[in-house]
Amino acid sequence: MTITAPLAAAAPDSDPGRGRRLSVGPSLGLLPFLVFIGIFLVIPTVTVIVGAFQSEAGGFSLEKVRALGEETPLRALRESLVLSFTSALVGAVLGALLAYLVVTAPPTSILRRAVTSICGVLAQFGGVTLAFAWIATLGFSGLLTDLMADTFGTDPNGSSWLYELPGLILVYSYFQIPLMVIVFLPALEGLRPQWREAAVNLGATTRQYWLQVAFPLLRPAFLGSALLLFANAFAAYATAAALVSQGAPITPLLIRSALTSEIVLGQANFGFALALEMIVVVAIVMGLYAWLLRRTSRWLG
Amino acid sequence: MSVTQSSSHSAPSTVSPGLAVEMTALRRTYGTVNALDGLDLHLDPGEMVVLLGPSGCGKTTALRILAGLERQDAGTISVGGRDLTHVPANKRDMGMVFQAYSLFPHLTVLDNVAFGLKLRGRSRKDRRQRAGDMLDLVGLGEQKARYAHQLSGGQQQRVALARALAIEPAVLLLDEPLSALDAKVRVQLRDEIRRVQSDVGTTTLFVTHDQEEALAIADRVGVMNSGRLDQIAPPAELYSSPATRFVGEFVGLSNRIPAQVDGETAVVLDARLPVLPGSAAGAGLALVRPESVSVEPDEHGHATVVSVAFLGPVSRATLTLDDGTLVMAQLASAAAGGLVVGGRVRLRITPSPVLVVGA
Amino acid sequence: MIGAWVWRVSRWLLLLAFAAFFLLPLVALLDFSTTIPRTGERTGAAWQSLLEDPQMTQAIKTSLLLALFTVIGMVVLLVPTMIWVKLRVPRASRLVEFLCLLPLTIPALVVVVGIKNVYAWVTYLIGDSALTLTFIYVVLVLPYAYRSIDAALSSIDAGTLSEAARSLGAGWFTVITRVITPNIWPGVLGGAFISVALVLGEYTVSSLLNYETLPVVIVLLSKSDAPQSMAASLASILFAAALLVVLSFLDRRRRTTVRK
Repeated sequence: MTITAPLAAAAPDSDPGRGRRLSVGPSLGLLPFLVFIGIFLVIPTVTVIVGAFQSEAGGFSLEKVRALGEETPLRALRESLVLSFTSALVGAVLGALLAYLVVTAPPTSILRRAVTSICGVLAQFGGVTLAFAWIATLGFSGLLTDLMADTFGTDPNGSSWLYELPGLILVYSYFQIPLMVIVFLPALEGLRPQWREAAVNLGATTRQYWLQVAFPLLRPAFLGSALLLFANAFAAYATAAALVSQGAPITPLLIRSALTSEIVLGQANFGFALALEMIVVVAIVMGLYAWLLRRTSRWLG
Repeated sequence: MSVTQSSSHSAPSTVSPGLAVEMTALRRTYGTVNALDGLDLHLDPGEMVVLLGPSGCGKTTALRILAGLERQDAGTISVGGRDLTHVPANKRDMGMVFQAYSLFPHLTVLDNVAFGLKLRGRSRKDRRQRAGDMLDLVGLGEQKARYAHQLSGGQQQRVALARALAIEPAVLLLDEPLSALDAKVRVQLRDEIRRVQSDVGTTTLFVTHDQEEALAIADRVGVMNSGRLDQIAPPAELYSSPATRFVGEFVGLSNRIPAQVDGETAVVLDARLPVLPGSAAGAGLALVRPESVSVEPDEHGHATVVSVAFLGPVSRATLTLDDGTLVMAQLASAAAGGLVVGGRVRLRITPSPVLVVGA
Repeated sequence: MIGAWVWRVSRWLLLLAFAAFFLLPLVALLDFSTTIPRTGERTGAAWQSLLEDPQMTQAIKTSLLLALFTVIGMVVLLVPTMIWVKLRVPRASRLVEFLCLLPLTIPALVVVVGIKNVYAWVTYLIGDSALTLTFIYVVLVLPYAYRSIDAALSSIDAGTLSEAARSLGAGWFTVITRVITPNIWPGVLGGAFISVALVLGEYTVSSLLNYETLPVVIVLLSKSDAPQSMAASLASILFAAALLVVLSFLDRRRRTTVRK
């Protein structure tokens, strides 16, 4: 009865019976949303999880999950982790630096608006077009390729490393840095001037303020943002797919192979296991992210 | 130097004699705005001075320049005879309490208070001891291990006060420390600040726009108006003898009643009153407090009752003179019972000196 | 004083370095798309073909239609649900938030892997068309749209507004469509803009389900006509940029009107 009381109060002069009916009625309004999410998000996810533990015959089996430990998927996972870690690190450090350069400009300045808009495009639009932008820069007859070939006599056919892990790290940084700016800027903006002034008043030098106040305050937000970048890179597909058309050096591209050729490692539906692996990694990282975010929002909110 | 300020209390061992503060000819402009226009301000050792004024009058600028958080364009500052004019903020030894949200959110209450001591290289044991003492002083000894977000606004400001005092500052600065709190806490904390300040005896500059607050806690109140100090005086004197029209109108409520000045006296509503220095000559308006106006029903009076508002122990009557001037009178609620809206009344004015300003 | 000067100079140098890093690839796109391979002469042919090549125009049309349908689907699904939760079922708000942010944890790639059975039904029921991607896209844009609308919804007092409307005789439908929605319009618009940008750039789902959206065709063409796919890349980046710049102005107007 205590639970229905607020609802009964919302409907004036209702008898108790009506109050009880109301507590179920409004929930029905959520049905379309829940059904839609159920069909297009939950069912596919459950399909992946169940499929990963199913044998070809349909019974329970650890065969596919165990196959994740074989050399090809393991190497792809390792490369994926290296790529995600490196691009998250580069993105977090440089992105935080850029965010600081921006936050020291007044909020209405053109610089600030331009940088946040550009970062919004590069971080969220992403994918294929960014890959092509770098191919046009460093690929065959690219702008920088030609320029460097003319000046330094480097290989005029372009940089083959662009299509391998170092290239992926470079191109990923191109959307990781802007993403960092977007997610880290609010934390920097939350740094109150009073804290600096209070520290200075109590005798802190600029260096002491940064080491003892600003860095400890920003640390959780920085780590949280870096984790978000990591998950973003790990789940990214389009850029790598556009850049690397053959072979599968990283997990997302191995999933592509599993989907398009149906049989990888002699296993039909191995894609389910790989997708499960991806869910697990991203879920762990996002869980940590949410935990850190809760902590900073208390400080910098 | 005298320590009489704190003798009446059971003062802790932290009593410092207090230092004199001298601010001379301070100027500061922002673009075309004169935030400070040649401000001179002197604080006696151990004294609490409150700067009072509307927003934009320059009071906060004055405080921040004294703290070193802002630069003056011209003028000098010295504390205890030491010239601080070009000393950076972190070398000035000023304890400051901000409007709100100035506690470091990543540190516990105890670590916040110990922060300045740590910067001064005091030992860990020493810091904890001193910080604990300061928290006891502001009545938060039990909250040492908490974080800022676990405290109420009033408690946060107490911690900020303890933090500012922990470093035994040369001067204590308070920048509208109560403005973000609700009314009840505000009154309570303001008395608390006054008690702690007289306990430790630190010279204090307090900035506020709330006149009641200023009159309640200050040794002297300085009223600021467009970058200058209009008057600085003990609260009672400021209230009874305003030096300028601005002070008279900003501090407390004032009626403006037509008056005729004649030498040292003025005629206001048939009464002859002494005038304060700085009054205008000839015809003008006398600034008269509502409590200086008494009212009695009289068929042949020269005013009419417009309304009577009951405020508890006192009531406030609004009246019109026959020339149309509105006058407010404050009287005991018992006396207000005899007033009828629309009734004729006679006004009398207490024969204390008044300020007469140009019409 | 010298410290401040050093900081100013190094700040601008760093900003210039960032600008170079971010603008260089875009300039390279422009250069590549306006150059004839081998000879190095300038030409606008690649850009012209964006409007003439039937495969390209068809792809642009598909992507724009998808963006439109996704926005409609997002608004129809999300706006009434969020308002309803706020007004009538507040205890479900954590659940709805969790579900809306779930696509951040379940990557599009995973959804594609598991969606085969669902799509068999979709194509069976409403036919095989690229526009069926709308369903998945609505899910993909959910987190971004949710945040935008949620921010707008928390900035107004929806409860009081709806009580006022209902006391004046409005039904729930009227409350949602005529009272609350107009007040959270900037948030809905913001969500719509981001959705459009996301859909126009989406490659993962469409390529793996073999539908020819703009990004898919850009990749296909890169094998045969690289300058054209470079031109299309740059054009779509600029289009998305224009959308988000408009959004930032809308956002600024909203903030200034709120502050007053």
